[in-house]
Amino acid sequence: MLLRRRHGGTATTVKRSLADRENVLGAALLAPALAYVLLLVGVPFVLAIVLSFSTATAGSLSFGWAGFANYRAILADPIFRRALANTAIVTIGSQVLVVVLATAAAQVFRAAFHGKRTARFVLLLPWAVPVSLAAIAWTWIFDSTFSVINWTLKVGGLLHGWLYWLGDPTLALVAIIIVQAWRIFPFATVIVLAGLSSIPQEVVEAAIVDGAGFWRRLFHVELPLLLPVVAVAVLFGVVYTATDLGVVYILTGGGPANTTHVLPTLAFQRGIQGADLGQGAAIAVFLLPFLIVVAIAMLRLARHTEVGTT
Amino acid sequence: MKRVALYAAALGFMAFAGFPFYWMLITAFKQNRDLYVGAFDTRHVPWIFNDPPTLEHVRLLFGQTDFLRWIANTLIVVVAVVVVTVAVAVPAGYSLARLTGRWGERLGIGIFFTYLIPPTLLFIPFARLVALLGLQNSLGALILIYPTITIPFCTWLVMGFLRSVPWDIEEQAMIDGYSRLAVIVKVVPRLIVPGILTVVVFSFTLVLQEFVYALTFISSVDKMTVSLGVPIALVRGDVYHWGALMAAALFTSIPLAIVYNLFIDRFIQGFTLGAVKG
Repeated sequence: MLLRRRHGGTATTVKRSLADRENVLGAALLAPALAYVLLLVGVPFVLAIVLSFSTATAGSLSFGWAGFANYRAILADPIFRRALANTAIVTIGSQVLVVVLATAAAQVFRAAFHGKRTARFVLLLPWAVPVSLAAIAWTWIFDSTFSVINWTLKVGGLLHGWLYWLGDPTLALVAIIIVQAWRIFPFATVIVLAGLSSIPQEVVEAAIVDGAGFWRRLFHVELPLLLPVVAVAVLFGVVYTATDLGVVYILTGGGPANTTHVLPTLAFQRGIQGADLGQGAAIAVFLLPFLIVVAIAMLRLARHTEVGTT
Repeated sequence: MKRVALYAAALGFMAFAGFPFYWMLITAFKQNRDLYVGAFDTRHVPWIFNDPPTLEHVRLLFGQTDFLRWIANTLIVVVAVVVVTVAVAVPAGYSLARLTGRWGERLGIGIFFTYLIPPTLLFIPFARLVALLGLQNSLGALILIYPTITIPFCTWLVMGFLRSVPWDIEEQAMIDGYSRLAVIVKVVPRLIVPGILTVVVFSFTLVLQEFVYALTFISSVDKMTVSLGVPIALVRGDVYHWGALMAAALFTSIPLAIVYNLFIDRFIQGFTLGAVKG
């Protein structure tokens, strides 16, 4: 600030002062990013909502007003209602698993042990691998004839009949939840680990001096302090699972008999494959409640931590 | 005793996380007669090689499929998206961290939030946009649209990164008579090389992982990227070439995982919104 005034005061040349004006430079450097985000995220976002009130199809570029017809159609459609319920079930189910797995894994991986680097590499694999490739691997693992899970359960004496993982609506949902939890818990673990390392050592030591055991320390000292970080992990997890297309698309394709659709796969089926952009957009719009909840929670957390750390 | 429990738990988590990759590995190199034995046959152990391993599936993958073509397509998209992202997100991140003052921070959070708007909400309006621009079934569609994901996150990463770089060097340069613009052009690039590297790696991993937009816009096999071609085009009708499929999944995943591992801490700093002081 001080420097700028010194240059600006003498105003040697116009060029010089322009090159020193922070607000002009700031706006110029920011403009391309803002333009990109506004034109290619903001405008399509509005268009997504507008399209849901239209009769637009993929075949032509015509645009007709449909009012609430698309919404009436999907709300009366049992496949859509099932997809909405499935989205909630898969999201909540997988995130409960993720929280349990990630807090447990973080307790393990904070300790020092031999081979920790290798262990960490393996732990992060599910998060690094492209979701479509992970999903195709799990499709093979859950194969109705060759499933290694069935073989292992049978040899272990735990299974007497047969599990048609992706052929049975309930089992298929279980499979989807397992894959989503598997894919996201490593990410959550790393976030919780980062949170653990930021807990002041004195707090933990004070708890030890006061005679608190491992479980007491975990539930009464560390977890409350970790809550904001666990919340961040869960919020990203909700976004990643509720809006994910790849896992369900590849694992079950929405089947058997349209029982395992989630909102993104149904929106894809109707909007892109079925060319009914209007109805596809209306289905996708139902993702918004999930996203709004997440956005509000994140803003609150951000404000909370800002007050806490400054 | 406590050590034993620790190692057991660590092994348990590794087994859960790593099991599908072990399965890719063993499937990719098994002979067909060892591979396709029904799981109801309890005497045939599927976890090990019962017959000697084979390179048959790998040869099929590289010789008779478009796998190499998909790798080439992916690399083209990667390079273009990285260039666009670095050119747009790095100046924006610098601007928000250094030049725009208090409202820069707010705007930064705003841009970051657009990262939360998912492809599955935007793919339908993009379908129309891509049709309007005549970019259907072309890599150009991906090059245009992928930066909508990389730019918000990378702007945020660069902004966060710059907060940890002290002001002194830039201030000293200004005292030495550089204009603000000259500082940005001549001094700053050297300071933010690690930040730029993170942006490159993030864009690279994102392009390799993205599936939704590729599935929506690319329809012909020779235009596909790896993450689309492997699960979609390696399945011929109802015939899954599981050996080749798993080989492709393995060969794509492992290099990506190695790169990811090196940069995970930087990404996590971005995700935690500064809630954790790294």
